[in-house]
Amino acid sequence: MNTKKITGSEALLNALIAEGVDTIFGYPGGQAIPIFDSLYDYADKLKLVLVRHEQGATHAAQGYARVSGKVGVNIVTSGPGATNTITGIADALMDSTPVVVIAGQVPSSLLGTDAFQEVDVIGITQPITKWAYQVRKPEEIAWAVSRAFYIASTGRPGPVVLDFAKDAQVGLVDYVYEKLNYIRSYRPVPNIADEQIEAAAELINQAKKPFALVGQGVILGNAEEELKTFLEKANIPAGTTALGLSALPTGHPLNKGMIGMHGNVGPNMKTMECDVLIAIGMRFDDRVTGNLETYARQAKIIHFDIDDSEIGKNVQVTVPVLGDAKETLAAVTEYIRPTDHPEWIASFRPHEEEEYKKVIRKEVFPEEGALKMGEIVRKVSEATGNKAVLVTDVGQNQMMGIRYFKYSRTRSVVTSGGLGTMGFGIPAAIGAKFGAPDRTVCLFMGDGGLQMTIQEFGTIMQENLNIKMIVLNNNYLGMVRQWQELFFKKRYSGTVMANPDFVAIAKAYNIGSRLVEKREELDDAIAEMLEYDGPYLLVANVETHGMVYPMVPAGASITNIIMGE
Amino acid sequence: MEKKLYTVIIFSENSVGLLNQITIIFTRRQLNIETLSVSPSAIKGIHKFTITTFATEDMMNKVVKQIDKRVDILKAYYNTDEDLVHQEIALYKLSTELFIKMRGVEDLLRKYNARVLEIDEDIVVLEKSGHYVETQALFKELSEKIGVLQFIRSGRIAITRSKVERLSDMLATMEEKIKN
Repeated sequence: MNTKKITGSEALLNALIAEGVDTIFGYPGGQAIPIFDSLYDYADKLKLVLVRHEQGATHAAQGYARVSGKVGVNIVTSGPGATNTITGIADALMDSTPVVVIAGQVPSSLLGTDAFQEVDVIGITQPITKWAYQVRKPEEIAWAVSRAFYIASTGRPGPVVLDFAKDAQVGLVDYVYEKLNYIRSYRPVPNIADEQIEAAAELINQAKKPFALVGQGVILGNAEEELKTFLEKANIPAGTTALGLSALPTGHPLNKGMIGMHGNVGPNMKTMECDVLIAIGMRFDDRVTGNLETYARQAKIIHFDIDDSEIGKNVQVTVPVLGDAKETLAAVTEYIRPTDHPEWIASFRPHEEEEYKKVIRKEVFPEEGALKMGEIVRKVSEATGNKAVLVTDVGQNQMMGIRYFKYSRTRSVVTSGGLGTMGFGIPAAIGAKFGAPDRTVCLFMGDGGLQMTIQEFGTIMQENLNIKMIVLNNNYLGMVRQWQELFFKKRYSGTVMANPDFVAIAKAYNIGSRLVEKREELDDAIAEMLEYDGPYLLVANVETHGMVYPMVPAGASITNIIMGE
Repeated sequence: MEKKLYTVIIFSENSVGLLNQITIIFTRRQLNIETLSVSPSAIKGIHKFTITTFATEDMMNKVVKQIDKRVDILKAYYNTDEDLVHQEIALYKLSTELFIKMRGVEDLLRKYNARVLEIDEDIVVLEKSGHYVETQALFKELSEKIGVLQFIRSGRIAITRSKVERLSDMLATMEEKIKN
């Protein structure tokens, strides 16, 4: 085999290229300079996106991975560079996002000496990664990088950290790429058990009132078509989790909306009436189930998942179906009988009508008063032909965004579901644009989250990234304020925000911007934003005391739905 | 659900940092590790952890799945005492002067099946293996009679009563899978 000695840094970049990487979100620093130096020579193959803070790098990698299905990659320095990535790594673990974070580390001779910018990255990241490994020798690079990508991207995806000692970056090595597709102790996809497939099909065939809960596992497993065929064969109505949104188009007749705390009334109520509940690639999060003591007690539960540790974690399951959703759904579909449940499906209707009357009409089609968050979301979605990628920050903007955006394509929602990370939005939108350059990327955020990672405007400026950003500005930390209004006697402690002139800030970053406050200007403002050639921030001043309804209070049974007055 | 003592047996690759990966899973659920023993297993390159903890069976089930999920873990199981032959070893350091003067040394050693490992003019070291209650009983008796200068008990080691060696079966299936 022909090899020549190259530095560890070059070996790393060669390994990344071999893994199909073309974009890196990074930030240099003392212990990562050799890697950045090598990147200088590889600029034609590896696009380096310089973020403004390492937290932004990890969220950008997440946004990239979520829309593209590829592994998002970060390169950062040791110490604070590495610790700044922690929030994004934890977020990626919660939301099963494949990300590889490569952090510089002090030379191995200095490890454990409290050297400048030394931190125990492995110790810190072990609880929030699928795998964390310290590379001390250049000879380990080929092995460690392929292992990192294999682990991050297979089975239930997740974050991997490589802690890269400086001497491994500068040392010379005979580099040979090692493709890895087997680890003895790691079984990413459990074998399909025929008895589980048959048992699941039998339950579904007997069901009079089946109901499916669709999670992100369907998207991660590229099983959207299999899902549709499965649901259509037995006419099973479905609700989706927040992260499962866009696995099934909004307009599909069997798509009954979102489940959970701010989900739709129909799917929440029907969860408590169905006779067979079919959960697919979701994990029964507390924001989905509400009170577990009362949750779907009447139903037999089938749980499709790739991760055995999710089976029975929160909810007792009648039939688990382990495996990759693409295969298990197809297998179960073969065994189920074509059937229809017209009355059952029609029974969602009154709930939809009630929600429309009590919540949606007022939120999306208001005729007077201040701008509503929901109406802006719906107008933006429709102005993009419901084809855009929706990125959200966290809070009211997020719930309004995911509730009122419409989805016609898969991988159209990038939101921080499990960890609920404020500040996720801007950097995730940056990553999403790199991951789906041909799609319109619309970011909804609040005035709070915007200011948590506002520095990433610099990245947008430098890359001239065509992202459409909408800040739903109510001068409050709106979701906390909502809880304070409902459950804390309107004592608005720590939620009032004095905000800067966002339009002026956007302009300072060469980002197109406009303030909109009046309903009659909204369509024009949205059109201007979407037609603008380049990044744009639409500052929408919305009603200050807006509420996200419906709402199931935390810990309550999911039929306990507040719809406002 | 009732809490009882479970023994978690874990087979892992021999890589750095595994103990931390395992203990954080216990810590996160506020499970106290009662005993811990780590050593190479009968299979080359594979390490075996034996951990005891008080928990409910439901909790144990979840913990073992979380441990099993870690990339470098080959397999994790939990067992109750009925499924296991288990043992601990204890060492007792005593004053030679008091030990010699103590009545009934021979009876004591026979009764507890303990043995003398070391003896010099200052100290005597006794060794006893057995279940916790047994090593504890000797400690109690010695403490009352002559006092114990130092006492140490190992973590539990255990072997399952079942006929099959579960790990070798699993490894065989894995090897089979690679071939196909």
